[in-house]
Amino acid sequence: MLRKLITSREALLLGAIAVLLGLISLRFPNFVAPSNLASVFNDTSPLILLAIGQMIVILTKCIDLSVAANLALTGMVVAMINVAFPNLPVAFILIIAVMLGTLMGMVNGLLVWKLDIPPIVVTLGTMTIFRGIIFLISDGKWVNSHEMSPAFKAFPRAELFGLPVLSWIAILAVIVFTIVMTRTTFGRAAYAAGGNSHAATYAGINVGRTQFVAFTLSGALAGLTGYLWVSRYAVAYVDIAGGFELDVVAACVIGGVAITGGIGTVGGALLGALFLGVIKNALPVVNISPFWQLAISGAAIIIAVTLNARANRRKGRIILKSAEQPA
Amino acid sequence: MHATTTQSNSHQVPVLSLHGITKIFPGVKALDDVKLNLYPGEVTALVGENGAGKSTVVKILTGIYQPDGGTIYVDGTATHLPTAQAAAAMGITAIHQETVLFDELSVAENIFLGHAPRGVFGLIDRSAMVRKAAEILKSIGAEIDPAQRLRDLGIANKHLVAIARALSTDARVVIMDEPTAALSHKEIQELYELVEKLKAQNKAILFISHKFDEIFHIADRFTVYRDGQFVADGRVDEINEGELVKMMVGRNVNQIFPTRVPNIGKDVLEVDNMSHPTEFAGISFTLRRGEILGFYGLVGAGRSEFMQSLFGITHAATGTIKIDGEPITIRSSADATQAGIVYVPEDRGTQGAITALPIFQNITLPSLKQTSKNGFIRLAEEFALAREYTQRLDLRAASLDTLTGNLSGGNQQKVVIAKWLATQPKVIILDEPTKGIDIGSKAAVHEFMAELAAQGLAVIMVSSEIPEIIGMSDRVIVMREGRRVAEISRSELTPETLVRHAAGI
Repeated sequence: MLRKLITSREALLLGAIAVLLGLISLRFPNFVAPSNLASVFNDTSPLILLAIGQMIVILTKCIDLSVAANLALTGMVVAMINVAFPNLPVAFILIIAVMLGTLMGMVNGLLVWKLDIPPIVVTLGTMTIFRGIIFLISDGKWVNSHEMSPAFKAFPRAELFGLPVLSWIAILAVIVFTIVMTRTTFGRAAYAAGGNSHAATYAGINVGRTQFVAFTLSGALAGLTGYLWVSRYAVAYVDIAGGFELDVVAACVIGGVAITGGIGTVGGALLGALFLGVIKNALPVVNISPFWQLAISGAAIIIAVTLNARANRRKGRIILKSAEQPA
Repeated sequence: MHATTTQSNSHQVPVLSLHGITKIFPGVKALDDVKLNLYPGEVTALVGENGAGKSTVVKILTGIYQPDGGTIYVDGTATHLPTAQAAAAMGITAIHQETVLFDELSVAENIFLGHAPRGVFGLIDRSAMVRKAAEILKSIGAEIDPAQRLRDLGIANKHLVAIARALSTDARVVIMDEPTAALSHKEIQELYELVEKLKAQNKAILFISHKFDEIFHIADRFTVYRDGQFVADGRVDEINEGELVKMMVGRNVNQIFPTRVPNIGKDVLEVDNMSHPTEFAGISFTLRRGEILGFYGLVGAGRSEFMQSLFGITHAATGTIKIDGEPITIRSSADATQAGIVYVPEDRGTQGAITALPIFQNITLPSLKQTSKNGFIRLAEEFALAREYTQRLDLRAASLDTLTGNLSGGNQQKVVIAKWLATQPKVIILDEPTKGIDIGSKAAVHEFMAELAAQGLAVIMVSSEIPEIIGMSDRVIVMREGRRVAEISRSELTPETLVRHAAGI
């Protein structure tokens, strides 16, 4: 058990993050101070939340490109609700955000399941539609900090046992979804459907329905993150989190989630997100242009995919030309 | 094993000759010291059961596989064929069972893809390409417009395009792998004429077919393989069908089947008049407890299609199914599993095990309802179930956590069987249960099958291996072209009757 843990992909990535932090700390010891690490984690929390949802979707051999647009639309809607009804408790706002995100995820899931449209096409379409709806409902205007109620803005920043609520939500999501993916029949179905949809069908698993549930969960997490994002940055407009869906997919891929489905863990998605988070936060500190961040995360993706492909190659050969050694 | 060779045409030099070719896949000798000679202007039929090594030979000839031993001679010179391009450059070309063509390209583009005539700046010379394509099509008597898009052609014309493509590389050796599988009677006649034309152009033709009438109609020579070994070759006009069948099926001495005293009980499964619009029609039979019912037929006889329908994978079928006398409706594999019918598919790569999941998760996958409560999996029960069935199947692995993809083929097969047994079925359908596994593992699977029947399970075994059908079945249903053509009791089972019914001779 222990050996398996040490040689796993997750351990490798954890090692890579540790080495990265070590290198940075050589010149900037303050970066690895607990308080700074906590703030890096908090800053990465939205990415972690979305990466968990994306991980589940990719696991079922799909992809969700609409997560950032879902986040932005939900964020705009709850911001406008807050402006219209400043006294509405945050609990209601949270419920609305999750429900709205869930609804958008269900739309994606239904199109993939019932109409059998390729997921990349569906979510590319809904991504554009969601952004378009933001423009329609907001008239292209911003909702600014001074228009939002203090309670609305305070929630993600509120401190609980030394960490902001935003961080706690990410931690909670990691725990809950680790359980969902490892201990529930849905989690098992997701691995089976993505790993081998034929075999899963033979085993009585409804592959389409499993994909639908995956999209729904991804949507719910995107909706939740939509509120957290808008309240944390205290602004909502059409283009928030523009292009963020690519960071989310990148986090998954770096975290060892196979884009071909069936392989991946919540822990992997978490570490992939943290890896990107550390790079993003460290580059300004070590005085490298943020544009390098793109190049570095791009390189990390290619390295991760190459490593995964190599790890899987030998396995593939045994599947195809298999037979036991003669006795 | 006895090998006989007829040397009636020894003065002629083969265009292509294989000597002592051996190909080993992990644990299986797909080809063991085989030979093959192809002569210009002659058709050589390569004959053998499934698993005889025919497709491996084709892949070696076309540069896709590299032999582990032996020599390939082209025009008497030892040659290597490291890539598909090298084989094409040597003038060896294959027309495959499933034609590999591109629907969205034109006929001319399909013919010349990869070796199109070039004009200025190395761009494709379209007019030359269309002109040459028209010439080739005309030479094989095909009335097809080279500018047409391929998707607009019928299956027979697509075949002609594939043949034209094969000829466009100045091929000297043409391999036809089951070329008539998808053709109607009239189209087959046209194909025969085409083969005659190719012979007249002095091409050497390797013709792979299961159909005896075709072999005797078209081939000049034959070569027989069995279990990856060379059995015999010679001229077709010097043998008859019965002799060829004997060479093909001659029983493998290494294979011993468990002796069983069938203890056959009452009817479990009654299937009445199951029909599918395109795959099979009018299938009826009953299956009893403790019985092993063999389903024999050539590839494409509709056996797997019927079984998949019985298991709820394909829908559209009509007819009635009864389990223990109760009519049941099967709309999905979950329904079938619930009713007590399980199906162990032929292709464990795509339909059987999920290689990225550990052993125990594969085994419990169809039984998750029993090992979970309110959607939460009870790990202890799951492990207990998986452990019980890995022990029953004597599956040895470092731990139940091992990824199924890291197991050997035989063990993967055991995982798949364990998975279905864990649902406690009444009827188990085993589709080609020993395909692609070595003799030792085969024997274990056969033992186990006998044990299942002894425990009262009703077993349906779909197999294309005659020794296995004869060695294991209490009764055999033979299918041909989607229909049930014969039911043979154990006492009347012989290789010859099976082959005759299956091939319709």
